[in-house]
Amino acid sequence: MSGAFLEVRNLYKSYGGIAATDHVDLDVRQSELHAIIGPNGAGKTTLISQLSGEIDPDGGTIRFDGRDMTRTPAYKRSLLGLARSFQITSLMLDMTVLENVALAVQAHAGHSFRFWQAARKDPALTEPAMAALEAVGLQDRANDIAQAMSHGEHRQLEIAMALATNPVLLLLDEPMAGMGVEESQRMVEILRSLKGEKTMLLIEHDMDAVFALADRISVLVYGRVIATGTPEEIRGDEAVRRAYLGDEVA
Amino acid sequence: MDWGLFTIQMLNGVQLGVLLFLLAAGLTLVFGIMDFVNLAHGSLYMMGAYFCATLVQLTDSFVLGVILALPLTALLGWIVELIVVRALYTHDHLDHVLATFGMILCFDTAVDFIWGPTGMAIPLPEVLDSHIDLFGGHTFPVFRILIISTGLAVAGFLYVMVSHTRIGMLIRAGASNRTMVMALGVDIGKLFALVFAVGAALAGLAGMLIAPITEASIGMGNEIIIVAFVVIIIGGIGSIKGAFVAAMLVGLIDTMGRSFLDQLLKVFMSSESAETSAPALSAMAIYILMAMVLAFRPQGLFPPKVR
Amino acid sequence: MTSLFRTGLPAFVMVAGLGFLALLPVLAEWVDNIFLIDLFMRLMILSIAAVGLNLILGYGGMVSFGHAAYLVIGAYAVGIPAYYDIYDGFLQFAIAIVASAAVALVTGAIALRTKGVYFIMITMAFAQMVYFTFVSIEEYGADDGLTINMRSEFAGLLDIEDNFTLYYFVLVSLIAVLGLVYRIVHSRFGMVISGAKGNERRMQAIGFPTYRYRLVCYVISGAICGYAGALLGNFTNFITPEMGDWVHSGELIFMVVLGGAGSLFGPVLGTAVFILLEEYLSRLTQYWHFPFGAMLILVVIFTRGGINGMFRWLGMKSGIGGRS
Repeated sequence: MSGAFLEVRNLYKSYGGIAATDHVDLDVRQSELHAIIGPNGAGKTTLISQLSGEIDPDGGTIRFDGRDMTRTPAYKRSLLGLARSFQITSLMLDMTVLENVALAVQAHAGHSFRFWQAARKDPALTEPAMAALEAVGLQDRANDIAQAMSHGEHRQLEIAMALATNPVLLLLDEPMAGMGVEESQRMVEILRSLKGEKTMLLIEHDMDAVFALADRISVLVYGRVIATGTPEEIRGDEAVRRAYLGDEVA
Repeated sequence: MDWGLFTIQMLNGVQLGVLLFLLAAGLTLVFGIMDFVNLAHGSLYMMGAYFCATLVQLTDSFVLGVILALPLTALLGWIVELIVVRALYTHDHLDHVLATFGMILCFDTAVDFIWGPTGMAIPLPEVLDSHIDLFGGHTFPVFRILIISTGLAVAGFLYVMVSHTRIGMLIRAGASNRTMVMALGVDIGKLFALVFAVGAALAGLAGMLIAPITEASIGMGNEIIIVAFVVIIIGGIGSIKGAFVAAMLVGLIDTMGRSFLDQLLKVFMSSESAETSAPALSAMAIYILMAMVLAFRPQGLFPPKVR
Repeated sequence: MTSLFRTGLPAFVMVAGLGFLALLPVLAEWVDNIFLIDLFMRLMILSIAAVGLNLILGYGGMVSFGHAAYLVIGAYAVGIPAYYDIYDGFLQFAIAIVASAAVALVTGAIALRTKGVYFIMITMAFAQMVYFTFVSIEEYGADDGLTINMRSEFAGLLDIEDNFTLYYFVLVSLIAVLGLVYRIVHSRFGMVISGAKGNERRMQAIGFPTYRYRLVCYVISGAICGYAGALLGNFTNFITPEMGDWVHSGELIFMVVLGGAGSLFGPVLGTAVFILLEEYLSRLTQYWHFPFGAMLILVVIFTRGGINGMFRWLGMKSGIGGRS
């Protein structure tokens, strides 16, 4: 009994003999914002994809809220309260912003084998969807086609969709990737507003954001977790300095 | 069990497999390298047969006819690549399917216009138009043995080419990683045209080999092309080895099913119900095989490593 | 594949089109050309099949190259009972729908495990399997086909023996199927289907078991084509397995794409263009398939499909657009 909300043990995944996830242990506690940092190619996205169920691990276990879900398909994990955003924007680009989010709401509103009533005007879907859009500040773009939005807005929409599934755990894969300073600032605000309310696992390259937001940080290098601790502990960790932060912090 | 008959049907199965391989090889290469779906591959099979038929008439020699018809079919393939296929690489698969579907209509009509609606027989020289004796008083046509050995020779040649030459290396690399091939500074346009032309020649060869038995006829490629698709799906799209293994499997299962399934079924059921269900079942056999392969290996038996 | 009618034709085109179809028999009598009724009846029946195919192809992004198989299954669902002197229309149409749905369920369950070009080829191969199955059944005429002596009987409620009545029966069916598809694509189910077309991975990540929804959609689509097949059997009175040849599946795709995949009325328009052009060209020359095929190639290369794309290519700016 470790008491961790998300408990990863000995997780292993290799591609052609190269370990992308090398016996990873990870504990995410309830309500914390846990950041994962690491250099490019450290296997961060591979790790998150295993947590969200898109990639099957070769070995190890993933426990979420006390239940084993190592082999649970992606859609079921989502229904259990786990939501992810994608590093490379992954949306239904030919649909409107509102439709994208409404679909996320719909996924968690019972089965969708409902063939008759129009979905686009269904307040049971649109109202929670609008609420999620407001949470990320996109309410004014609700009826625009997703394709027509800027990169930063796509990232915000990613978060809104994740939120709309009413998750207890958010897996955020580089939400600030490719954003300008202002947009990043806005995203930090969004994440800060969610802190305490949702448990979050955040992958991010923007160190200012990570150190400003995270309760705890794990450092991933070549698929291994080399350190876990509070931002202060990580700053002070010799191994981390050597492997990764070296030139940035010193 | 009549083992002589069994042997003959085995050989017939191998012969069908060889023809399917000739068709499937081009199809799978073109798809593996260019990511292009060519429904009109069967039309090239038909064109090969018609070219050959005409040339045999003109030269009075089957061998000469084939030798001349081969480059002609390749040339046709090259032209088709140049004026139609090339414009489609940037389109999606649905567009490939639709455009090559239009090509089939054009080819079938062109044949009707040029050669007329009735089929064309290809007479064989006496040496080929004879039988050899098998055991048990059975005989087997020499020409079918020629088909089998030609097909196996081509398979061997393709294998050596793909696994041991520079072109083959590019083809293998292209099947798994197109960007890499382009990064090597290869003129991708020329490589595509070459592969398409070779694929056309192989399909044409299959047509030339079958036409002396069935004669060249309009739409002759439209049925066998589907079986060739089944072959490359089972073998794994893009894999020559897969195409060969799957072609043999499909050829044997189809032929053996049609000949012996009723006898096999009679072991389990009344001879009457065996005789009624056997034709339908044997018609379905290769599709059932495909379904089973896909159920366990959605990418086919020998999938190319990375796409 | 982009299409001007991507999101639907304006309502007046649809109303005008259906109005024209409703008046056609009167028109045909007036110009004394009964053949027109046959032509447009065939057009409407194939439209129904195209609308059914569009449900998965246009809205769901699943390119099935085997939908003619369901036409054959539907036609034989009329023909085989008729062979045993059973003409009960309710029974025949029920068999048509259930049998097509069942075949779609089994083949779809396998085909939907794959993607892209594999899916195209597998649907094609399964259709060919259906075709060869009917070819191999001697009892029902094998490839010589089967003659249907009498059209379906609906317990005295409706008599479609007369072409005039059958015409309106088909028209009402077309409208009903359009209504059904309209409802489906705008429902929650329809949202899942178009979402999965746009981004299946994301749909799974937000909690949809997309495979199930796609399979059900595939089954509905097959059942609609089966229904169209039952109408076709009644219409032609003579059915052969050849109706399920993959070439006809290809034609169905063209009908959908010509009119604009993913729009409600597009397939009807596409079928109309296809059938009327076929009719017109075939009167000009016996070699009409050549210009027809060439036109198909040109449409695909230069417009990426769709009549509207053709307009655009010709430089015609049209104000048709907007979401339906």
